Amino acid sequence: MGSRILVTGLDTFWGGRMAQALEARPDVDMILGLGTNDPKVPLERTEFVRSDQRYSILNRIVRATQVDTIIHTFLETNSIAVSARMLHEINVIGTLNLLAAAGSSGSSVRHVVVKSSTHIYGAGSEDPAWFRETDARTSPVRTRLERSLIEVESLVRDFADDNPHLAVTVLRFANVLGTDIVTPISHNLRRRILPCIAGFDPLVQFVEEDDVVRSLEFVTTNRIPGTFNVAGTGKLPWSEVASFGGARLMPLPPVRPRAFASPLGRMGVIQFPPEMEGLLRYGRGVDTTALRAMGFDYRYTSSGTVHSFARANNLRRATGSTEPAYRYEQEVEQFFRHSPTVVRSSDS
Amino acid sequence: MTEVSTDPGGPQPGADPRAVTNALLHESGRASAEQMSELLDEDAVALDEVGTVSYLPVVARPELDGEIEPLEDPRRSDVDGWGRSEHMRSLVRRLYDPLYRHWFRVEWEGLDKIPTEGGALLIANHAGAIPADAPAIMHGIETELGRTVYGLADTFFRTLPGVGTMWSRAGGVPAHPDNAYRILHDEQQLALVFPEGTKATSKTYTDRYRLRRFGRGGFVEIAMRAGVPVIPIAVVGAEEAMPIVFRSTLMAKALNLPYFPITANSLLLGPLGYVTYFPAKFKLRVLDPITFDVEPNLERYSRSRLMDEAERVRSLLQDALHDMLRERRSVWFG
Repeated sequence: MGSRILVTGLDTFWGGRMAQALEARPDVDMILGLGTNDPKVPLERTEFVRSDQRYSILNRIVRATQVDTIIHTFLETNSIAVSARMLHEINVIGTLNLLAAAGSSGSSVRHVVVKSSTHIYGAGSEDPAWFRETDARTSPVRTRLERSLIEVESLVRDFADDNPHLAVTVLRFANVLGTDIVTPISHNLRRRILPCIAGFDPLVQFVEEDDVVRSLEFVTTNRIPGTFNVAGTGKLPWSEVASFGGARLMPLPPVRPRAFASPLGRMGVIQFPPEMEGLLRYGRGVDTTALRAMGFDYRYTSSGTVHSFARANNLRRATGSTEPAYRYEQEVEQFFRHSPTVVRSSDS
Repeated sequence: MTEVSTDPGGPQPGADPRAVTNALLHESGRASAEQMSELLDEDAVALDEVGTVSYLPVVARPELDGEIEPLEDPRRSDVDGWGRSEHMRSLVRRLYDPLYRHWFRVEWEGLDKIPTEGGALLIANHAGAIPADAPAIMHGIETELGRTVYGLADTFFRTLPGVGTMWSRAGGVPAHPDNAYRILHDEQQLALVFPEGTKATSKTYTDRYRLRRFGRGGFVEIAMRAGVPVIPIAVVGAEEAMPIVFRSTLMAKALNLPYFPITANSLLLGPLGYVTYFPAKFKLRVLDPITFDVEPNLERYSRSRLMDEAERVRSLLQDALHDMLRERRSVWFG
């Protein structure tokens, strides 16, 4: 019997891409996606269930579908995309309910994979150059995004302690760049204006979106428990990121840069979420030997990620085209999945 | 010329079985089935250790690809994983060389005691309001031996706009035990630390050549863990290049600095004194490398042993300094 997998955040980049990757695997019997909105990518056999971000119906779904694996990708790591309250609801309350459903008695769940972020390490002057998974952060927690992610990970740790028979995986992703995902950094690079803090040129790491999906798929299909950093090899200075992207650096004053950035943010010139300040001062590096020791191979290094993003960006600019937007039509999708008139490959 | 590190800067995948597999593949075209299964078995053990839920049907792991292409790693600068840029270093060397040769007239003794390969922890006495010893040591070793030296410094440097970035590009690394371990053990490079820290650079001229406390022996622990020797370097001259007459606590508080020195240079030359050194003659003596007869890579080493060893290194360095000062006839001419 193959695995039955539930993916949260099907309407986000992470969940959508994850479901697409899982659909290609014959050893996955069933994929169920939860999302607050319609999926943004075309999916063949994934079942979509609309739910609110608190997953109030989750307990029933888990019991009814007998899922054995939950991939929790619906964690917001872009603090300017949502309000403070929503950030808390999505990350903390969402995870709380998800784990409650996964750990309830009689639950069929055997493996929980949570997508976290290297934001959890913060960025400070006393940081080591490369954080290991076991290292504690050195800088005080200043932003609500970091606070919410730390809370999420502590919920996950408690859950793993309370349910020793379950495999629990946490992947901490460095800044993601890729053709599809939209982050404050990719937004700025597309606009060719990259904010920086005058006098600082920190070293940063990136991970390519394909490696993001592949690493999630890797730990899921191999049932590898534990906490792992996910980032491309090497680091590069912020100025080099700008150089690759053909972007102009916009220096913000070293004293209270956010006060200067916020009017620019409101005018739509740059995106500068609070958690970016530490990163642009001190950078951040994470040690990725643990996941590589498990057998995971990256396709991109940090600079390779930036390079490939910049190339895709150039193409987009040159052709002026955006990919045809996919529109989810409930009736059509339901028809293809469940109508007896459709000849499905698995039946033949 | 100094060797440019071609490593993209990532941590060395020392214990990475997959990296070993790659190396095997590249070496012999194809690894033998035996080697492969050996590696995979190792993996399987590792997986069990961390608690794979064994009663579940674990899906077969993806096949190892026959040929794994080395990843494309395009770069537009030569900044390594520590922030050091060989390009910037050579620029600094060009600018600093006249100062090194004609102003301080740096003279080395026992430079051959610094190994030409492998990691070593260099330690030295530290002096002067804005210490001139670190650049002199780094410049000397890079030009004479052609070896890269990473200078470990207080993390305070990093918080200063401009200064922090410059320091990092010129080979400075924030002093963190893990950073030191990676440089010494994983990358087998030279690292320079000043165990006295800012206690030495903030001392006034009246305390010249009196070594301060050597921290808590952290440098010994790093050398033990990394399995590298400690090589002490005694520096004479830096004390007189920018001597501190007194320290202003008020100014230090107001400017949020660790200390605010009033130097003899600044009394003579005004603000210009903070960028002008007196032309003291620099003499550097490399002492015999000290190796510790302990097992490397331990989680913890005996605290009393660390303190003893640190004290031993400190008194060796202090004796060498006294010896050199006994021989010195003039501050300016050596």
